[in-house]
Amino acid sequence: MSVLEQIFSAEFVAMWLRVATPLLFASLGAVICEKSGVVNLGLEGIMLCSALAGVVGSAYTESLLGGFLCGIATGLILSAVFAYFHLVMKANSVLCGTAINTFASGFTIFILEICTGEKGNSSSLRSFSFGTLDIPLIKDIPVIGEILSGHNVLTYVAFVMVAVIWYMLYKTPLGLRIRAVGENENAINSVGISVNKTRFIAILLCGVLTSIGGMYLSMGYLNMFVRDMVAGRGFISLAANAMGQCSPIGTMCSALIFAFFDGISNILQLLRIPSEFVQMVPYAATIAGLVIYSIQKTESEKRKRRMLGKKVANNA
Amino acid sequence: MNTKSINRLIDSAKLLLVVVIACLLVSLIILSVSEEPGVAISSFFLGPFTSLRRIGNIFEGAVPLIFTALAVTLIFRAGQFSMISEGSFFIGITGAMMVGIALPLPPVVHPAVALLTAGIFGAIAAAIPALLKLKWQASEVVTSIMLNYIIQFFALYLVNYHFREPEASSLASLKIAESAELPCIIPGTKVHLGLIIALVCCAVLWFYIFKTRQGFRIRLVGDNARFSSYVGIKSALVMVGAQILAGFVAGLGGGVEFLGMYTRFKWTSSPGYGWTGIAVALLARRNPILVPFAALFIAYLEVGSGIMARSSDVSAEVVDIIQGVIMLMIAADALLQGWKQRLIVHSATEGGKA
Amino acid sequence: MSNPALSMKNITKVYPNGVVANRDITFEVNTGEIHALSGENGAGKTTLMKILFGEEKPTSGSIQIGGKEADIKNPQDALRMGIGMVHQHFMLVPSLTVTENVILGIEKRKGLGIDYKSAEELVGEMGRKYNMYLDPRAKVKDLSVGQKQKLEILKILIRGAKILILDEPTAVLTPQETGELFSELKNLRSQGFTIIFISHKLDEIRELCDRITIIRHGETKGVFTLDDITDEKLSQRMIGRDVQLTIDKPECKRGETILSVKEVTVSGDGEKPLLDKISFSLHSGEILGIAGVEGNGQSQLVDAITGMGPYDGGEIRFCDLIIKQGEIRKIRQSGMGYIPEDRMTLGISPSLSVTENMIADKINESRFFSRAGIVKSKDIDDFSKKMIGDYAILCQNGEVEISSLSGGNIQKVVLARELSSSPKLIIANQPTRGVDVGATEFIRRKLVSLREEGCAVLLVSSDLNELIGLSDRLLVMYGGKFSACFKSLSGVDGQILGRYMLGLDHQDESEISRSAM
Repeated sequence: MSVLEQIFSAEFVAMWLRVATPLLFASLGAVICEKSGVVNLGLEGIMLCSALAGVVGSAYTESLLGGFLCGIATGLILSAVFAYFHLVMKANSVLCGTAINTFASGFTIFILEICTGEKGNSSSLRSFSFGTLDIPLIKDIPVIGEILSGHNVLTYVAFVMVAVIWYMLYKTPLGLRIRAVGENENAINSVGISVNKTRFIAILLCGVLTSIGGMYLSMGYLNMFVRDMVAGRGFISLAANAMGQCSPIGTMCSALIFAFFDGISNILQLLRIPSEFVQMVPYAATIAGLVIYSIQKTESEKRKRRMLGKKVANNA
Repeated sequence: MNTKSINRLIDSAKLLLVVVIACLLVSLIILSVSEEPGVAISSFFLGPFTSLRRIGNIFEGAVPLIFTALAVTLIFRAGQFSMISEGSFFIGITGAMMVGIALPLPPVVHPAVALLTAGIFGAIAAAIPALLKLKWQASEVVTSIMLNYIIQFFALYLVNYHFREPEASSLASLKIAESAELPCIIPGTKVHLGLIIALVCCAVLWFYIFKTRQGFRIRLVGDNARFSSYVGIKSALVMVGAQILAGFVAGLGGGVEFLGMYTRFKWTSSPGYGWTGIAVALLARRNPILVPFAALFIAYLEVGSGIMARSSDVSAEVVDIIQGVIMLMIAADALLQGWKQRLIVHSATEGGKA
Repeated sequence: MSNPALSMKNITKVYPNGVVANRDITFEVNTGEIHALSGENGAGKTTLMKILFGEEKPTSGSIQIGGKEADIKNPQDALRMGIGMVHQHFMLVPSLTVTENVILGIEKRKGLGIDYKSAEELVGEMGRKYNMYLDPRAKVKDLSVGQKQKLEILKILIRGAKILILDEPTAVLTPQETGELFSELKNLRSQGFTIIFISHKLDEIRELCDRITIIRHGETKGVFTLDDITDEKLSQRMIGRDVQLTIDKPECKRGETILSVKEVTVSGDGEKPLLDKISFSLHSGEILGIAGVEGNGQSQLVDAITGMGPYDGGEIRFCDLIIKQGEIRKIRQSGMGYIPEDRMTLGISPSLSVTENMIADKINESRFFSRAGIVKSKDIDDFSKKMIGDYAILCQNGEVEISSLSGGNIQKVVLARELSSSPKLIIANQPTRGVDVGATEFIRRKLVSLREEGCAVLLVSSDLNELIGLSDRLLVMYGGKFSACFKSLSGVDGQILGRYMLGLDHQDESEISRSAM
């Protein structure tokens, strides 16, 4: 089968949605954070820790729910630390995020070794995974059924979340406050809402979403934890959010674009290209995406400026 | 007490606090996970001083950190947040390896050419995110991190397809020519000429940042870019220049580390010195003269954790955890500010009465 | 009769950089009055009100609201106690609607979401009740300045505020808008609201207020019923001595043209340009003043001349150089010095030392203080010591961080830097704003002595006394154009200028363009 045929197959679309799931969760988290005016570079570390916590938690509680709660709790704790240091201790957000990531890469291996005696993966732990969901009726339709049905539960949740987050941001009091604090924190302060409290909540919400994205990696995409398994997805999510201009729908589209290249790289492995180049694809695509978006943004600003200039000249 | 001495007092107190908390935290983690905490703690803290070879290990370990921390210092001083020192360091290793294997050159010239190549490779890598930001305002944080991954795979590709040792079972490059190696300078240890190069770099960069016009421009741009434009400095170009120079330093560091410590390229992923360099640079308060001390402290923790991992049941990753905590605390601008404010108010009201 | 709505007692505030903004201030306001809080720029009015509104913590002192001790830790506490504040810079979120801005923080729900329908009704109803109606669905970024101010007042009324603080509300308003605002405020007073009106414009205070508290140098200088005190006495209290209207300066020796601005246009976001075909010229040995209510194009003009901002049409020529945006180094090399309005963010690098700030422009040029790119520390130290002496800058030494200095001393450092490169032209934008009296006088004398040496000075200021006292010629800006040009300042006073500044009077266009050259 040629690569093109592979891409236009239902299996590819299914895989595409699979690799898009963690990006969707984390980039939705990034949307909430960024709307409130916080750049959360710690997404990477939060995903990694939650991925491990989910596996370890489910193995020790012997239940999926236990693992899920463990993962969420881990995400919340790390987010709270990030929020405390960034908001209260006034640490730069990039440095805070980097600190969280440094901590996470060591901490996960440290815990992994305590639990399994190994530093590579958690295959010796009997952990649980999220199941797949067959949608009745739809699953029987040819092609469409194959594309839409039979995915991991979290994949469906991710797409539902796009709508939920949209509603939260644009229709609820919390969303109104988050949008306001990101645009003019003085305005929020002057009506007696705590800027830090609003941002704290935004960062915690982001933590919850991001940790679900992390758990999907070790409890859905794979069925175990592997060291450094997040592999830059946290950063790619930040890029997706920047490209999606911080709106849930736009961000979903950019996350899908990045996931597409991730999926492509899986297919390219069939060709006789050095695997190193194949592995580069998602990262190169992210840089290209960011640059194209930035070019288009600066150009449109220039154009606007020129238009205004012309209008004035015409009026004169 | 004037404002300057208050600042100095607070800074020192903060540093001391961070070091003490780091050490306490190590002990706490060990106490909570280890069956034999006494052995683990003593091997962690005292182990590094038990032999000349181990003391040597601290100095060897500090060398790459000095370079990446200097790179981070330059970048942060210019007010930028490019994370490229990791990638520049790794591509520097690769550059030095290529020259070391492929170019037959006489001794002295050989390492010099290899190091220069390493530096240039590093500089090119660092230029990419810097230029993308200059031209189109693409966030240098994300592009530099993505580029680090690309560089990692690119380096592995070069080794795997062009410089691979055919006999070896796992990924390893051919052996570099002996003429390219950096000589050992302290018998009985592996401490190599790279340590001297690192210290010279610290002195040169200190001079550069604090005593030259270009260094002054970098500090101006980093502190207030609007102001630097107002006094007629092309801020964007200064930022790019600082990042390229930083890339050169990090790349040079990669070359030094490789030629001083290794004979073959054996890495399977980027070694992480760039990230650790951030912790070192912050600990040194972005001052090149303090960088060696901060690097030695972090290297001491790393050597200690290595010894502990071998002699007890606690794994060496403790040190990464500690580094994360150190970074968080050093970056916390508000830490001890309450105390500082009280001191300033005190001196201001005293002055008012006088 | 007196029935204090609030009293602040013995308030002292020291900022983190050591600046004492308020020293032992006592301030009382009665229920149902409009009370003016007045004083020069930088006297500590805004700080005092920020303390009352919970945005700043006092270093010491106590506050009573309605006779009860009040501990105001944050704006939320203040609002709960019925205190609302309209800031000088609007606290609005531009991309949100009027309703969203109003209900921020007091949103009523319907189910999970916000009940927008009833909120919009409430906003419309309150607007009508207080005669300040705004379209509840309009985006704030589309509102005029006057409408934004109404929105700010509505915001705090809906939160149940009984005591309203307005921080220099008229600074950005047109005369009509000011009139409207005053009638709205009087209406509120008649409905029992208490209003604190921060201003230093005596005519407005007289028209609107019942009593006045004057602050100078962070200390209270008296409380008066306005009917009982003359303008002269008031200004004496505010300034500390008789206003010195004329500064001794010899006859103007006008030389060659240094700066010529021809038909310069700067476009804005809307249809209306921010600068509309402005032309004038400036000669050596001359001080040209520019008057105008803030926001009438002065900052765009200064930005365009100094190369900090763009202009879309026309030409600016400085000696032989045609000014282009961004070519600041060339502009500076040709001999332009610039004292910026926004000194804390544009005029200094806050965490560098006094000395480093002083030489920041010179370090760019190899002829100063350096050999082969390496700086000569000794020369720099000597220069810095000399400047600190010449400009009487109060600091321990040149090594201290500049942000630890007071506003006046920071401005002197800026001046020392800008004037020491022997400039041909100085652009001084609000050079004495927020600067203490001593430094103000020093700065003014310095500008006059530069003029004596043949330097050209463009002085943009909101201080009319300063403009009238220093300028050889004076232009008045209104709505991005000149509304007047005075070739001689004899007989010109604040009242005359005020009419042109507010657009009530206009000189003939051809007359302006003749005398502006």
